[in-house]
Amino acid sequence: MSELPAEITALVGQNQYPKTATFPVELSYSYNTLSATENGNPLYWDDQIADELTGGMTVPPSTLSLWMRPHRWEPGATEEQVALQVHFDLKEKLGLPEAIMSDNTLILHEPVRPGDVISHHQVLRSISDEKTTKLGTGRFWVIDIEYHNQNRELVGIESYTGFGYKRPADGSAS
Amino acid sequence: MTLTIDQVGEGTALPELRYDVTATTVVLGAVASRDWRPMHHDYKFATERNGTQDIFLNTPNLAAWFERFITDWTGPRGRIGRMTFRMRDSVYPDDCMTFTGNVSAVSTDDTGCAWADLDIAVNVGERLCCTCTARVALPTNDSDNPWARKGQNWTP
Repeated sequence: MSELPAEITALVGQNQYPKTATFPVELSYSYNTLSATENGNPLYWDDQIADELTGGMTVPPSTLSLWMRPHRWEPGATEEQVALQVHFDLKEKLGLPEAIMSDNTLILHEPVRPGDVISHHQVLRSISDEKTTKLGTGRFWVIDIEYHNQNRELVGIESYTGFGYKRPADGSAS
Repeated sequence: MTLTIDQVGEGTALPELRYDVTATTVVLGAVASRDWRPMHHDYKFATERNGTQDIFLNTPNLAAWFERFITDWTGPRGRIGRMTFRMRDSVYPDDCMTFTGNVSAVSTDDTGCAWADLDIAVNVGERLCCTCTARVALPTNDSDNPWARKGQNWTP
């Protein structure tokens, strides 16, 4: 089993990549999620119900992460922009070319509203010893993301478990 | 209709949701969640690089499907506090995914907020693709509104 590099273990528990969104939350973009899932919840389609229950329009809680996802390209960018940079850092530093997400937890606090500007930071919570699954050999890791609005109110916490791996050289599963 | 906490108990089943997934479903969901990774829109990348049988639903979009499944049942006053889900297998185009769920517990916290804990599964035929545990706040009566809770009165 290969040892975990010290530079990786030193990152556990550290706040990384604090970032503020480059665009505000958009009602129109939230309809893409509602449409993709054929979600007819009147909270998001009926102004009167939204006014009554949430004091105006909000966006679906499950869209929390999308407001911080970067454009795939933007002027001045020299490489593809990626969300969850800690995940991609681990892939690169550990030489694990493939990765999947296995577990995801959403904890939802203040509703997110059109016009909000969201900020977040990423925290590597843990990283496992080497494991072999049917996909290949690699490591599991847990990354938390804490989201706030422009008033520093907590709007949610998201926790991802990822598995970075190398596929078996002969293509077989083990 | 307003679903209130007195209408549910341990073992209460949520209405089943069945949906025929297409490549469009996968790509719409990925774009809606601003997930540009190629395994969610590029067949060759998914099959040749990731070793999967096709492009597949991305995790943030599955969260949105869970939200829909839960709030189809609760109505607009239901407020989701927490969802934890585990991917077991992928959902591909031409799969018919079926959401099933039931109430595992009902409780009221120290602030008076009423909660239903849910166990949910997504299957494609006999293949279990994803499991989810969720916690959703339900009104205690027709005039209660979980969305009005803030700060210390909201402990998901």
